[in-house]
Amino acid sequence: MNGNPTTTLPSPAATVTLGSRLAAFRSEGFPTIPIAILLSVILVAIFANVLAPHDPEVGTLGDRFRPPAWQAGGMEGHLLGTDHLGRDVMSRLMFGARVSIVVGFTAVIIAGMIGTFLGILSGYVGGWVDQVIMRITDTWLALPVLTFAIFLAVILGPSVSNIIIILAAVYWTRYARVVRGEVLSLRERDYVRLAIVAGCSKWTIMKRHILPNVINTAIVLATLQLGVVIITEATLSFLGVGVPPPKPAWGLMLADGKKGMMAGYWWLTVLPGCCIMLMVLAANLIGDWLRVKLDPQLRQL
Amino acid sequence: MTAGPLLDVRGLSTHYVSSRGTRVTRAVDGVSFTLDAGETLGIVGESGCGKTTLALSLLRILPPAARNVGGEIRFEGEDLLTKSASDMRKIRGKRIAMILQDPMASLNPLFRIGDQVAESMRVHDSASRPAAWTKATNLLKAVRIAAPEARMREYPHEMSGGMRQRVVGAIAISCDPRLLIADEPTTSLDLTIQAQYLNLLKDLQRSYGLGMIFITHNLGIVAKMCDRVAVMYAGRIVESGSVRTIFSAPAHPYTTALLESIPRLTASRARLSAIDGQPPDPAALPTGCAFHPRCGKVMDRCHDEAPDEFAVAASQRTRCWLHAGVPARPA
Amino acid sequence: MKQYILRRFGYALISLFLLSVTIFLFVRVTGDPAVLLVEPGASKDDLDAIRQQFGLDRSLWVQYGAFVASMARGDFGNSFYYRTPVMELYLQRLPNSLMLAAVAMLFSLAVGIPTGIIAAVRVNSWWDSAGKIFALLGLSLPAFWVGLVMILFFSVYLGWFPSSGSGTPMHIIMPAISLGWVFAAAHMRLTRSSMLEVLGSEYVKLARIKGLPEALVIGKHALKNALIPVLTLAGINLVLMVNVAVVVETVFAWPGVGRLLFEGISFRDFPVVQATVILGGVMIVVVNFLVDLLYAVIDPRIRYER
Repeated sequence: MNGNPTTTLPSPAATVTLGSRLAAFRSEGFPTIPIAILLSVILVAIFANVLAPHDPEVGTLGDRFRPPAWQAGGMEGHLLGTDHLGRDVMSRLMFGARVSIVVGFTAVIIAGMIGTFLGILSGYVGGWVDQVIMRITDTWLALPVLTFAIFLAVILGPSVSNIIIILAAVYWTRYARVVRGEVLSLRERDYVRLAIVAGCSKWTIMKRHILPNVINTAIVLATLQLGVVIITEATLSFLGVGVPPPKPAWGLMLADGKKGMMAGYWWLTVLPGCCIMLMVLAANLIGDWLRVKLDPQLRQL
Repeated sequence: MTAGPLLDVRGLSTHYVSSRGTRVTRAVDGVSFTLDAGETLGIVGESGCGKTTLALSLLRILPPAARNVGGEIRFEGEDLLTKSASDMRKIRGKRIAMILQDPMASLNPLFRIGDQVAESMRVHDSASRPAAWTKATNLLKAVRIAAPEARMREYPHEMSGGMRQRVVGAIAISCDPRLLIADEPTTSLDLTIQAQYLNLLKDLQRSYGLGMIFITHNLGIVAKMCDRVAVMYAGRIVESGSVRTIFSAPAHPYTTALLESIPRLTASRARLSAIDGQPPDPAALPTGCAFHPRCGKVMDRCHDEAPDEFAVAASQRTRCWLHAGVPARPA
Repeated sequence: MKQYILRRFGYALISLFLLSVTIFLFVRVTGDPAVLLVEPGASKDDLDAIRQQFGLDRSLWVQYGAFVASMARGDFGNSFYYRTPVMELYLQRLPNSLMLAAVAMLFSLAVGIPTGIIAAVRVNSWWDSAGKIFALLGLSLPAFWVGLVMILFFSVYLGWFPSSGSGTPMHIIMPAISLGWVFAAAHMRLTRSSMLEVLGSEYVKLARIKGLPEALVIGKHALKNALIPVLTLAGINLVLMVNVAVVVETVFAWPGVGRLLFEGISFRDFPVVQATVILGGVMIVVVNFLVDLLYAVIDPRIRYER
């Protein structure tokens, strides 16, 4: 205090009504196109077995390396051409969406659950528990994600469930960090203190008072993480330690596509990559929008 | 040079426009005042009343969201608002200088003190490196910094807050300006250092014959430093006049309330009175007189008619219906 | 200062310890390490010999001791495929990786810093939007796919650049761009936000009040401050690059550490895989420690901390 006469008064707290919030939610840059893209990818993934014109894992060797139908040498039955084993590219892309969606969503959810749980535990319990969890998180964060994932893939062996485990094991750290930070400030709030005074157990407080308040943050992080996870899955599959062939995965298709690249068979390289890009772009745009809407404090991320 | 006042501001308005153009905040709204050479004008008001925006408007360095929407700024007879960007730049730091609020933040942490003081002279007066350096050393001496030669080579983080604010003062007077705008220059300093710094500013003003605009929320400082005072509320000047008349016979209820909130050693009343209510949201001002929701003497017409400026005494004007009658001549 | 360094050094040691425990446990928890350590197609006797050699029949503590001791000696075993010590292979390939990372870093800074500055100075303008799209694409395109498309376009169709291998400056351009691409976007985002923060600072305001030309305000007063976090990040990213390079090196057959890892995967050469992962982690821990030290030199507040 400098003891000088001042007339500075507290500024009025911003009052936000539910109505104005909803209006803002709908007006500002609602990501219509990204949501449409993501939804259609999900729909294609669900109905792949109905929509796909061919069996994605069986091809006719006589019809290998056919270009898309509109190009010279293309076949009517194969709209987007065929690969080195004569398999239909469009069918493989559709079933590839299924792999991307299943792997991406499951891995992100599992990672989110692990990270959120550890973050809450670390932030709320504090003390040595906090120390241990945060040291582990930091080390994990310092690990080169890709090489570590490759390492795990090599010792676990390639399979869809293993790749989900690996991605979850690698990507939970971000949640733990951010959620812990949030919990540290939540812990000081009045309603948490009241709950402590009222004699609620630690577990009850964490479940009833802390968890609902960090769930927004976790959802935003999960959406932003989805793109990264899908790219990592594609990368692992491309390197041959992800989804095992002959299952159709976009990364795997790119690895196969490399075989026809020098001959100029562009569709095998361009199309699967475009699918990855569209999906990741959509996820990132939705994530950005959610971050601004649900959790302005996360803008730095 | 013209015989008129050093600075003559008429109807200056600066508004903030939100990025989608839907919300307009009238930070400075139709402000008029004059300032003579060698005179000090105090501008007082609560935080958020538009004091700092007014100062930045005079120099035309507004944040991107702010728009100047009208008025006139005559400085030594020239209209600053019609000047080109490069002409305006030549006036800044050369003929009009400004001291910012926070000495801890207003020096660049990565450059030596000497370079930062000499920089203006290098740019405006095309001074050679050694000449500017020598002059800068003398300036540090002029703002009473001990061992100026050694200080010239230091970085800001090696200095105290008071010392840094002196450096900022040295930068301000380095090109021999005619007008000095000081925006709450002592708020973040310790009390004893505040007094020293105010004395320094006053001495500098006298010896350089500066016109000075002193922005503050502290009426005690106004009494000490200023010849005239203008009270700002919600972007407008609600009362102006000489320090003596304003302190002895305030006309506007807001000025009265401000004065009553000063603690006095001799006060007979045991309690300080705070002003009821909160400063209005500048983006959603009340209708009529902006002060009416907090005013103790509110009348019916205050609710929907904004008061004009009325003359109370020879040098005193106010925007309050209590003094309706004599419309002030346009300033 | 001394305490700060000691504490950071302690953190680095803890990280190394956790790193070794993690790798060690994962190999043993997930199955029989002997199967991983033995060459594919080995007999039962070979397996027993390996168990004997690595002491896999003894307690975990003894095994861990032996594991750390051999790592400390730089002994990561022999490659099944090359029949030479893995450490030797790694050191052979490392310079290539560092060179690729250096060029990619130069590319990412040369693109990221100027675009970040423009986006910040012309905030909310057309330039800024273009910059945002660029940054978004950088995050959304897999680096290896950028490489594949570049090969398709520039090597196969146009024939401007060689599609794989190393040796001439022409060989490094495409791998460096596809590796630097993601980082260019990251550097652009950081330059923009750090520049925006600096542009809002009081000392930049004072520089303008002093009447300095805009070029001087931005190029001198703002830029120098804004670059500190960017260069710090670049330092950390340089190491990340060596690791992320696995795919890019695979795509372009660039003979670096990443390519070594890929060969290790393809030939089921476990010692190579394990060593590459461990050494990559060690490098990151060491560089993080060095960056912390560098911070202490740059930031006076840390320097004056006891």
